[in-house]
Amino acid sequence: MALSLFRKNEIEPPADIEAASLRSDKFRLEREVDWQRLDQIVTALEKGRPKRISDDDLLNLPVLYRKTASSLAVARETSLDASTLDYLEALVRRAWFQIYGPRVGFFGWLKRFFLGGWSGAIRAIWLDICIAFAVMVAGTIVGWLLVARDQEWFYALVPGGMAGGRVPGAPREVLEETLGHQGGADGLGVFAASLFSNNTGVAIMAFALGFAFGIPTLLLLVYNMALLGAMLWVFDDAGLGTEFAAWLSVHGTTELGAIMLAGAAGMHVGRTMAFPGDRSILSAMQSAGVRAAQVMAGCTIMLIVAGLLEGYARQLVDGTGARFAIGGTMLVLWTLYFLAVRSPKEREA
Amino acid sequence: MSAAMNFMRGEPDKRDRMLVTPEGLALPLTVGSRGARAGALMLDIIFIVLGIIVFFIVMGLLGFSLIDVGESGGAGPIAEFLIILVILFLFLARYGYFLWFELGPRGATPGKRLLGLRVAARDGGQLTAEMVIARNLVRDVEVFLPLFFLLGGGEDQGVAGLAAFIWLAIFVLFPFFNKDALRAGDVVAGTWVVEAKAAKLKEAMSLAPDRSRDYQFGEAELSVYGEHELQVLETVLRQDQPEALRDVAEAITGKIGWRLGQGDEREFLEAFYAALRAHLESGMRFGKRKRDKFS
Repeated sequence: MALSLFRKNEIEPPADIEAASLRSDKFRLEREVDWQRLDQIVTALEKGRPKRISDDDLLNLPVLYRKTASSLAVARETSLDASTLDYLEALVRRAWFQIYGPRVGFFGWLKRFFLGGWSGAIRAIWLDICIAFAVMVAGTIVGWLLVARDQEWFYALVPGGMAGGRVPGAPREVLEETLGHQGGADGLGVFAASLFSNNTGVAIMAFALGFAFGIPTLLLLVYNMALLGAMLWVFDDAGLGTEFAAWLSVHGTTELGAIMLAGAAGMHVGRTMAFPGDRSILSAMQSAGVRAAQVMAGCTIMLIVAGLLEGYARQLVDGTGARFAIGGTMLVLWTLYFLAVRSPKEREA
Repeated sequence: MSAAMNFMRGEPDKRDRMLVTPEGLALPLTVGSRGARAGALMLDIIFIVLGIIVFFIVMGLLGFSLIDVGESGGAGPIAEFLIILVILFLFLARYGYFLWFELGPRGATPGKRLLGLRVAARDGGQLTAEMVIARNLVRDVEVFLPLFFLLGGGEDQGVAGLAAFIWLAIFVLFPFFNKDALRAGDVVAGTWVVEAKAAKLKEAMSLAPDRSRDYQFGEAELSVYGEHELQVLETVLRQDQPEALRDVAEAITGKIGWRLGQGDEREFLEAFYAALRAHLESGMRFGKRKRDKFS
């Protein structure tokens, strides 16, 4: 790496070609300028500095690549110079990685992602989303019923630190206070950032655990939703059910949506692993994995939005109606986006 | 030893694979060894930890003692901004590091680069952003959870701890149960990790002064050796170690029944190399190949 700093830009033409006594060495000396030109271009591409490549070189890149590839094919059959063969093989391989590498840059990918890639991937895993949704609803009901029958369940489900006074039989005023806003905007940014970091960790885990046939993902979803169900019962018991739902809906429609999608993505991978269909399990898992990765990238974005809503909007907006309005609007927006945005026809397949 | 050499000698390494480019050229690839990959991962984790340490030192030097901010409670806007920065930095260190580097043109994190590895699509096609995202999301269960589990003393938690340990061990040991050393993330994403070393073009061998008049070798003397011996001789000549030259020259003269004066080894070996290569290459042009001295 350090050497390239001092390397001269011009490629020296080889020493006297006629001086070489072997035919295969003459072959090599006649072509090595092209090889080194390709080497320089590939090195610049690898370093992420395509601007250093002159227009002339860039136009010639495909030609140089094919020339070098055919040099390798010829050299394999005519030359016994091991170091030249090694060099050519490494060079063609590097060039191949660059030429057949990703053709869209980060921003190109982002554009494609927002204009159809994301929503398309979500529509493709609709069945898994339905399963995840059903499981989440079931989890909530289970949490609710468990605590309704025996309040000890609440302490088993909810970690002590998280409850923070929101326990069964707590006075209505205490519960009401937890739903209120905490005054000014100080410290809300920190709150939003930590919420985002934490929630994304949960979502990524929900996805990554899907690898084991999706079962751990299901358990994770059930557990988290049972926790919510238990909390819901506590507030409903105190006659604050609607207020709690409104408080939750501000960010919940976005956040729970993201967790549902992450769980669905994990389950999609796990389900494909269990039922690969008529393809080989590896290729089936690959296409499922790539589809799920798009959904997951989108989940991160949803969780950023959720963190902002939870950190700012929920703390600043008071009043049940306004909170329901924000949460409902977000739900409608997401649903419309996922259903309506179709990817434009690809020009190149 | 490179894939090409092994391939030519007909003793394929267990890690060698063939990839056919769209030009129809068979390109040998070597799957990265499990040891190299573990080493690369360790390097990357060291880099991340060092990065975090440097980040906190810089924060400290800036004069904002984060602990004070936490205790006094009344965080000003600057301190608040710093805390957000810390949270986001830790988040990115965990999830962003691998993603950022593997999405780059080299397809490798710094650790992989140092050990000559890169990520590639298993089907020989493009490595897409989705593949890199998928393989790095699964990394969370494969690397970071076990790491936190070990650091956090999760093994003290009785049966649940043991279950978690076995469960995580399945992910960690996954690469040992398939021939391409795929980890779970590679399976999901359709990628694999291959060797990607760059080689330098060395001097052409036959540029040395032509001595075919001083040393003349006959058909019988040249048919003693094959391609393997030729390439060993090439290595010896390129390394240019006097003792090695001496030994090899003695071995060859012994075999073909010549006597050699003191100090002529390099000249003799260069001449013999050129003659042997010319002999073997002309055989190649007629479709006759001699792999080694036994064939």
